[in-house]
Amino acid sequence: MSIFIILLVIIVLFVFFIIGIYNGLVRLRNEVKNSWSQIDVQLKRRHDLIPNLLETVKGYMQHERETLEAVTKARQQAVNVSGSIADTAKIENMLSQTLKSLFAVSENYPDLKANQNFLALQEELTTTENKISFARQFYNDSVMKLNNKTEMFPSNIIAGMFNFKQAEFFEVEDAAERAVPKVAF
Amino acid sequence: MFDQIRANKRKTAFLIMGMALFLFATGFVVAEFVSPGAGLFGLGIALIVWLVLLLISYYSGDSVFLLMSGAKQIKKQDSPKLYNIVEEMKIASGLAYMPKIYIIDSPAPNAFATGRNPQKASVAVTTGLLERLNRSELQGVIAHELAHINNRDILYMMMISAMMGAIVILADVGIRSMFFGRSRSRSSSSSGGGQAQLIIAVVAIVLMILAPIIAQLIYFAVSRRREFLADASAAQYTRYPEGLANALQKISSNTEKLKGASKATAPMYIVNPLAFTKKGLSDLSSTHPAISKRVAILNKMAGLSTTAGTVSYKNYDTAYKEVMKESKSVIPGMDMIKTAGLPMMAVATDDSSSHKRHRETTDTVWKANNYIFIPCPCETKLKIPPAYAGKKITCPHCSVEYNVSDYTKQ
Repeated sequence: MSIFIILLVIIVLFVFFIIGIYNGLVRLRNEVKNSWSQIDVQLKRRHDLIPNLLETVKGYMQHERETLEAVTKARQQAVNVSGSIADTAKIENMLSQTLKSLFAVSENYPDLKANQNFLALQEELTTTENKISFARQFYNDSVMKLNNKTEMFPSNIIAGMFNFKQAEFFEVEDAAERAVPKVAF
Repeated sequence: MFDQIRANKRKTAFLIMGMALFLFATGFVVAEFVSPGAGLFGLGIALIVWLVLLLISYYSGDSVFLLMSGAKQIKKQDSPKLYNIVEEMKIASGLAYMPKIYIIDSPAPNAFATGRNPQKASVAVTTGLLERLNRSELQGVIAHELAHINNRDILYMMMISAMMGAIVILADVGIRSMFFGRSRSRSSSSSGGGQAQLIIAVVAIVLMILAPIIAQLIYFAVSRRREFLADASAAQYTRYPEGLANALQKISSNTEKLKGASKATAPMYIVNPLAFTKKGLSDLSSTHPAISKRVAILNKMAGLSTTAGTVSYKNYDTAYKEVMKESKSVIPGMDMIKTAGLPMMAVATDDSSSHKRHRETTDTVWKANNYIFIPCPCETKLKIPPAYAGKKITCPHCSVEYNVSDYTKQ
């Protein structure tokens, strides 16, 4: 009788243990999903801000046709992208680069730098850029936690049983993003 | 990040239980002392006093605090930059709710967070802070404040300060009764129970004198620890320890005292708002670790992070041990944290001059006070007090007439 009770207790504890691991996995998966939507919101916001920006700078930067067209093209691609996270990341990183060069060029136009509308848009785009970085950072942290759990024992068994998949990182092109631009005189 | 919060919660529970035992002991002994045999009654009183204080601070602590500090709530259009920075850090910290933002018109650079849970959280910054710091430094400060919210420090400090308050009140009652009520009970109990009575009396007197002091020391020790922790979390959120380090460095050169801050609320500020009044006092009675130490730790951490190419709590912990020459970890549950180092961030640049920041900051204060802005084409920015809302006004430079009511809704 007492052996039966001990066995029962062990089984119940074991079930609780499994439930705990399962719930932990679900929580992480939701965190990944939620943090991805955070990135998505900011990417959309950037897509919406760019036409306004182009409209504002158009009058001032007539000699920078190429830069402006590069932004327009990159935005168009980014809006239409549908596919894996890696594709999105690649195209959005490209858009970031073109915007960076646009703002770099805008330094040569003092009139533009005094335009209130431009300044407001610049602040909005700067913060959106930062928000994308921070959201990506949080997303990648969540992905790492989920992936660790799906690989490590014993949670990997539960993850396998209930079909928890590894999530994909949102990568930055390291070299391009962090390299300090060299200025030649 | 979430392992962190869980480890915190466990540690919190232990400390609060310890403090509660201390509180009940004080209540028990004081009651026994005032009227022998009433120990349990005193225990009940201790519990009630604590609960009342806790409920008051739980439900109105943040609004009283904000009111006392003279903070004014701002909306996004009042200071887009500040709002954006808070939102950036909200995303980085993974907070689910956007905190309310307040501004305090004071030249002393400081900031605090309040609110019992993330839904009700608020952050407040002074104009002095906004004027001095650039974007990455402000990010560091705001990240530190959001870390207080995320680590549940506000609730925690609230609980402990309510206990501290209760202990002070009980000890005070005991000491008063020693002078007034004691003579009666002494004459009535002079016949027996001498030995036990004497012991209780001695314990009670010692407790009544020491309890408030010990309670305060615990409170300050906890507060200092939490500051380190919030610094570590801030570095984690921004992935840029130098930002906060530079901010603290700039803040530390300030000599002005912040109005509306008290010992009880001091732990919620980023640097001790009262520190400048008592330079000579020892570290034990301070709510904050010395700024120079905090800066040194963050800078050391930055060095470690650059070598490793990653930012992690472990870096902070190692830096802490080296700078403070301690062997104990400052980060609770250090072994539990499985997340390896996280990649460092590209640094946000900010070229705004201090002159421009000054302009922006004063504009924010005007706007927070409901002043109406009219941009005149002659490059004058008219700032109209809200009392003129329905009236007409002429620009002093170019004499163009404006109908103020046209500009009230922006």
